[in-house]
Amino acid sequence: MKNRSLVSINDLSREEIFRILDMAEEFEKNPSQRILEGKIVATLFFEPSTRTRLSFESAVNRLGGRVIGFSEASSSSVAKGESLKDTILTVANYSDLIVMRHPVEGSARYASEVSPVPIINAGDGANQHPTQTMLDLYSIRKTQGTLNNLKIVMVGDLKYGRTVHSLLMAMSQFNASFVFIAPKELQMPQEYKLFLKEMGLKYEEHTDLAENIKDADIVYMTRVQKERFSDPMDYEKVKNAYILRSCMLEGTKANMRVLHPLPRVNEINVDVDDNAKAYYFTQALNGVYARMAIMASILGLK
Amino acid sequence: MNDKKHLSVSAIQNGTVIDHIPAQNLFKVISILGLDKIPNLITFGTNLESGHLGKKAIVKIADKYFERDEINRIAIVAPHAKLNIIKDYVVVEKMLVEVPDDIVGIVKCVNPKCITNFENVTPKFHVADKKNVSLKCHYCEKITDQEHMEYR
Repeated sequence: MKNRSLVSINDLSREEIFRILDMAEEFEKNPSQRILEGKIVATLFFEPSTRTRLSFESAVNRLGGRVIGFSEASSSSVAKGESLKDTILTVANYSDLIVMRHPVEGSARYASEVSPVPIINAGDGANQHPTQTMLDLYSIRKTQGTLNNLKIVMVGDLKYGRTVHSLLMAMSQFNASFVFIAPKELQMPQEYKLFLKEMGLKYEEHTDLAENIKDADIVYMTRVQKERFSDPMDYEKVKNAYILRSCMLEGTKANMRVLHPLPRVNEINVDVDDNAKAYYFTQALNGVYARMAIMASILGLK
Repeated sequence: MNDKKHLSVSAIQNGTVIDHIPAQNLFKVISILGLDKIPNLITFGTNLESGHLGKKAIVKIADKYFERDEINRIAIVAPHAKLNIIKDYVVVEKMLVEVPDDIVGIVKCVNPKCITNFENVTPKFHVADKKNVSLKCHYCEKITDQEHMEYR
C-alpha cells in the first residue's frame, strides 16, 4: 500500500490486513528501528485525542522520525477560518505523511483526495478509525493465535460506537460469530445486523452481561455515555448493568481476553485489572506496533 | 390520451421527448438536466394519467439531444423514464434511463455531520441499491435513501 492513504478499514483487503499484522509482529520483537530517519510526520488533531496522538507520536519517534503538528483546532489556523483543503495543502509541503483526526465525517477521505502526501485517518467523527481496528485485530490474533471462527461479545454502546462497527466489519471476513450486549437505547444498528445476515454470520442480542460471556473468546467492552440518553433516568437505570467485574470472569474460557479501546471510566471495575484475562493496556501498547507497521508500509520502507 | 389526434403536449419536429416522469419529480428533472437554463423551445405536461405511475409528466425539448451520461443523471428521480429521439416528427430511437454506479452532485448527503455539508465539497455517492435507489456517501459512508433525498 505504498503511497496510499488509509482512510477506512474497508479499503484494506484480507491480504493487506495480514501483511500489516505480520509487520506489526516484527516491530513488536524489535521496536527500535530507525527506518523513519529523515522523515517528517504531521499529526493534525482538529479535536483532541491524547491517547491516539501519543500512540502515533511514540511510533514515529521509536522509528527515528520527526513529528510536527497540533493537538487541537484552537491552536491552528482553523480557528481563523481556514478550510480543511488549505490546511492540508499547506501541511503537505512540510511533511511526508499526514495523520489527521477531525470531528467531521468524511473529512479524511476528502483530505486524501486533495493531499499530495498520504493521509492516515486517526478518526473522522463517528465514521472510521482504521488504525484502532488494526490494533484490535492485532490484539485478537495475538491472544487467540488466529482470527478465524471466534466468538466476539460486544458490550456497551453498540449504537454509536465507531470502534465496534469497524471491528464487526473487519471480523466478518473471518467467520466470526457475535453477541451484542447493550441497553435497549444503544443496540447495534439494523444495517450491521442486516449485513451479518447477508454474510450468513450468527449473532445474538442480550441485555444481560454476566450470563452471556461464558463461551466468549473476546469480550469487547465500551463505555456507556450519559450524553447518549435523552432521559437521564434511563441512564441511571442501566448504568450499573454494564460493568464488568472480576467475579464475572469465573467460568469463562481460558483463552478469553477482555478488550477495551480506552479511555475507561467505570465499565470495567479496577479489580479486573489484575485478572490474567484483562488485556486492554497491552492492547494500547499494540497500537504503537500496528501504527509503526501502517506508517512503514505507506512510506514504502518495509 | 396520448394518441396522435389528442396530444396533451404538442409534437415537436426534432428533439427529445422524455416520458414517464413521476409528476412530483418533473421540476427536479428540469433542474437536473438544466432545462431551465437553455434557450430551446420546451413544452411539458404534468399530472397526466398513467397506468403504473399514477400521475406522470412528459417533457418535449426541441432541437436537443442528450448524452447517455447526461440522461442517466435523472435516474434517481425518474428511474422509469423513457426517451424518444425525434427527427422530422418521427421517433428514430428509444432510450431507457439506467441507474449509474456513481452519482456526483445532484443529491445532498443526509448526514448533517458529513464533510459535504460543511465545506465546499461536491457530494459523491456509490449507488448501493439500484432498484430502490439508495446511495452510499463516498465520504462519510452513510446511506441516503429515496425517502431522505434532498436535491442541491
